[in-house]
Amino acid sequence: MRVPLEWLHEYCAPQMDISALAERLALTGTEVERVEHHGVGALEHLVVGKVLERRRHPDADRLSVCMVDVGGSTPSEIVCGADNVAAGQTVAVARPGAVMPDGSRLEKVKLRGIESGGMILAEDELAIGTDHAGIIVLDQEGLAPGTPLAEVLPISTEVLVLEITPNRPDCLGIYGVAREAHAATGAALTAPPWSEDSGSAGELDVVTIRVDCPPELCPRFTARAFTDVKIGPSPVWLKARLMAAGQRPISNVVDITNYVMLLTGQPLHAFDLDRVAGGTLTVRTAEDGESLETLDGQNRQLDPQMVLIADGEGPTSIAGTMGGARSEVGPETTRVLMEAANWNGPNIHRTSLKLGLRSEASSRFEKGLQPEQAMEAQAVAAQLMVELCGARLLPGTIDIGGPGPEPQTIRLRDARVAGLLGIPIPRERCRELLQALEFTTAERSDGLDVGVPAFRRADVTREADLIEEVARLDGVDKLPATLPSRHGAAGRLTATQRQRRAAADALTAQGLHEIVGWSFVGAALAERLRLRDIEAVELENPMSADQSQLRTTLLGSLLEAARRNRAHGVSALRLFEAGAVYLPTGPGELPREPHHVATLLTGRVHPPTWREPEPRAADFFAAKGVLSGLLERLRVDWELESGHEPFLHPGRSATILIGGQAAGWLGEIHPLVAQEWDLNATVAAFELDLDALPEPRTPLYEDLTSFPEVREDLAVIVPDHVTAAQVITTIRQAGEPLLARVEVFDVYRDAERLGEGNVSLALSLSYRAPDRTLTDEEVASWRETIVAALERELGGRVRA
Amino acid sequence: MTERIDGIRSEAQAAIDAATDTQTLEEVRIRYLGRKAELPNLLRGVAQLPPQERATTGKAANAARQALEQALERRASDLSGQELEQRLAQDRIDISLPADPRPAIGRLHLITQTRREIEDVFIGLGFNVAEGPEVERVYYNFDALNTPVTHPSRLTTDTFYVRPAADLFDPQTMLLRVHTSPVQVRAMQEQPPPIYIIVPGRVYRPDSDATHTPQFHQIEGLAVDTDITLADLKGTLLAFARAIFGEEREVRLRPHFFPFTEPSVEVDVSCFNCVDGVTADGQRCPLCKGTAWIEILGAGMVDPNVLEQVREYGYDPEKVQGFAFGMGIERIAMLKHGIPDLRLFYENDVRFLEQFG
Repeated sequence: MRVPLEWLHEYCAPQMDISALAERLALTGTEVERVEHHGVGALEHLVVGKVLERRRHPDADRLSVCMVDVGGSTPSEIVCGADNVAAGQTVAVARPGAVMPDGSRLEKVKLRGIESGGMILAEDELAIGTDHAGIIVLDQEGLAPGTPLAEVLPISTEVLVLEITPNRPDCLGIYGVAREAHAATGAALTAPPWSEDSGSAGELDVVTIRVDCPPELCPRFTARAFTDVKIGPSPVWLKARLMAAGQRPISNVVDITNYVMLLTGQPLHAFDLDRVAGGTLTVRTAEDGESLETLDGQNRQLDPQMVLIADGEGPTSIAGTMGGARSEVGPETTRVLMEAANWNGPNIHRTSLKLGLRSEASSRFEKGLQPEQAMEAQAVAAQLMVELCGARLLPGTIDIGGPGPEPQTIRLRDARVAGLLGIPIPRERCRELLQALEFTTAERSDGLDVGVPAFRRADVTREADLIEEVARLDGVDKLPATLPSRHGAAGRLTATQRQRRAAADALTAQGLHEIVGWSFVGAALAERLRLRDIEAVELENPMSADQSQLRTTLLGSLLEAARRNRAHGVSALRLFEAGAVYLPTGPGELPREPHHVATLLTGRVHPPTWREPEPRAADFFAAKGVLSGLLERLRVDWELESGHEPFLHPGRSATILIGGQAAGWLGEIHPLVAQEWDLNATVAAFELDLDALPEPRTPLYEDLTSFPEVREDLAVIVPDHVTAAQVITTIRQAGEPLLARVEVFDVYRDAERLGEGNVSLALSLSYRAPDRTLTDEEVASWRETIVAALERELGGRVRA
Repeated sequence: MTERIDGIRSEAQAAIDAATDTQTLEEVRIRYLGRKAELPNLLRGVAQLPPQERATTGKAANAARQALEQALERRASDLSGQELEQRLAQDRIDISLPADPRPAIGRLHLITQTRREIEDVFIGLGFNVAEGPEVERVYYNFDALNTPVTHPSRLTTDTFYVRPAADLFDPQTMLLRVHTSPVQVRAMQEQPPPIYIIVPGRVYRPDSDATHTPQFHQIEGLAVDTDITLADLKGTLLAFARAIFGEEREVRLRPHFFPFTEPSVEVDVSCFNCVDGVTADGQRCPLCKGTAWIEILGAGMVDPNVLEQVREYGYDPEKVQGFAFGMGIERIAMLKHGIPDLRLFYENDVRFLEQFG
């Protein structure tokens, strides 16, 4: 909403500079986006001139040379290109040095050999109109040459650019903002521009109007008629205001509808009465399949919830949204039917949404205007039609629906004001503030009975709304800063939240950087990851095709981050992400959003140095180490079994099992998949569903210090197909309950010494009893049991 | 005979003293105390001596041998010590060569760091951390939060809808939540008052430029009790602002409008980059644009219509009241760390990630 200060001042003129006014408005709830300047940059060097003489430019047919009295002792010689310049005219002159609206400074220039001592101005050059065909001719009597132009024309104004919140459609008009400025600053407010209405009530017989739709869709419909209308340009002052408010002037009648809308907030529509077929207008809902060509030349398909206005030949406009071409006001128009109606906000909203058609009018109606505004707009329009178009207002007004409901009375309790704000506002002060906002008040024992003015009817319906009104004007910045007197509340993270933090910390401790990827992915991701039949949550209105779904894995984000960093020349990467993935459950159901963590490792595990020029590159076991570091930190037991994720190297792919259930995958990314992200080196990764972890438990003490552990090593030769995990499981089962730990520390293959197809695993074992020191004999006997089990179950033998 | 022993002893002693390295000294030992040397042979031959000579000769030879052994040992220790020092002195390294690589240092993403920092402040103020689904229903995201059907935020230009979205106004239609506020209602459905929670999480809006990304993070706050006031909101946010931006900060409330709070305010924090809008070097402060205040969040008293939605769970708007607020995590991080472009958070360039934490 653009509010030219020059216009605002007609109704309320706070004696403060614009930045102080802007701040005061901001601190009372009217957001000021910015302050702009409209018009010429400075008022100096812009004066009234009198053309004393006009002659043809000797060297240019289309130019003339004028002697112009600009108030000094000698007239200025000015070259002018306009056809309409003539001796005897009073004109607007910019002298050298003047700062024009675009910020440029006017210099003395030679035009075809003649130096021009300034410029005779057209409207567009002052940004007070769009006319460039001719110069402005000032027709006021008795204007002395040299008079500052600013005294005659609105050539410069500050403009407040406001952001009107959706609850305040009353501030979508200049007078509404003036009311707010009055309440915020205490500056006087003039009577509203509609307080005197030259029109009359009663029958209007030149047209028949029927409202055939349910009244809630059209709460009020008003119309007045004018004859002897002379279509022409609007006066400069009106054009200047429209321009400053951001509207292009068109012709006087159209300009009046726009001007009145900007002033009162109420959109109006002017029909050429002679083109209203049959002299009848009907407001009704559309029939199924009915269509209409709107002013923008488009054919619009309507549905039965949309409201339209039809004349004898069918639909002419879509209610509150856009008019039709047929009854538009044109240069030949002499009779005008001025319509101002009130429409149902949600219905207009729906219509404009359905048709993809938003107009200034629809965007106002959908915010919810009040029926009173229709007649307010009629009163101002009538005045201007007579004044500016030479029109004659016919007696009578069509008014179907009438004003809105009686004002609501709301009790404002003193105790509630203090209770909600934390500080009392004296009743006297509340009354004063509410009255400044045009609320009525009546004393009651516990507070005030407050009557809501019509223009605030939709926004203020409850006591809390009144408290907001008094608080914002009294100043919420004055409130003390207190803390809630919390009743038994103690804050802390839940066990799951602490576990998530611990998981992230365990990964940063291993040198992984956390990334944050997009929840969005494209449908192509599944294909790139070779995932078939993956169901994903799909968006109805994605910003682009590669953001059309929600991710089901974090791997895409990690590969993308790796690709980006690789492109910048970083070849060694240790990354992780922790966050939700989105797994569809069933039609109409919200998806599951488990919290996953995933890591990606590629390149050397540490940088090469002069001592180790060729460090290892990250691979399956590097990722397994990170997973181990994560899960040991969280004290979660885990296992791996061979996995089959399609995006993994088939020989280096594992499923992570927690409590025997699959909870993620670990492996090296398939080289062809990695190549999709321009990654040529080995890429190792895992993804784990943190929601699959058991609830963290409180550790209980175990005596590990009173009796020493006994350690020994064991080398076992087993056939190649036997996995380390099988060997360890066999040893663990056989060694229970005294075997405390077993780990593989070496793997050795040698066909000559071990026999073809065999592998030797070196293991370190620790035995411990909770109640005694183990003897060598005891340990030896357990060892025999273990060796026997290895032989029996896995065909293994101890290596001598 | 004893003269001969004395002679061997002094000769050997001289040789020990003359030895300058451990190898020479070893040769000296072999010469005087080795198998074939004279003194040990002499000792072995004592039995063959006449009985009256045996005692004196044996004693003298034994004393000589012991003395020489001791001398050899002393000398050996001296020489080997010297030799070690010499070796060490030659075993020189270039201490300016690079170290072994330090263990890799990983960092939390700045969003996570900021989120934790904010969470910890509110945990200290007695708030718990609640979470809720990112894919939401129209009911929780809009309807229950008193958002009129005409509110522009419901349009497809402002909200991502999930397929199938036949009717944008059907309460069951699914969308990506545009704010963390729907968790207000979900949390109140799960827990009777008093409730003190903050809700961190991802939110989505179709927008992309230097200050907007289609996905970003918010932290919602909700406190509902019998006697929560707007002044309590101010105090709580003042404590927050000081914890995050420094002890000298002040906060300012400006009236505003949100459908789900009444009264509603926007909250500014006093600029930490300038004094009264002017930087130390006399320039107009770029951070607060010379206004001395920076907008950090929106807030207000929970609208009675929102409480009405959960009345059956113990939230009677005549009996309980509370405040709510919502802030952008990235915005807080951008302000605090001087980050010019929101999109940097999602590029995951390690040169960016390494800078924080």
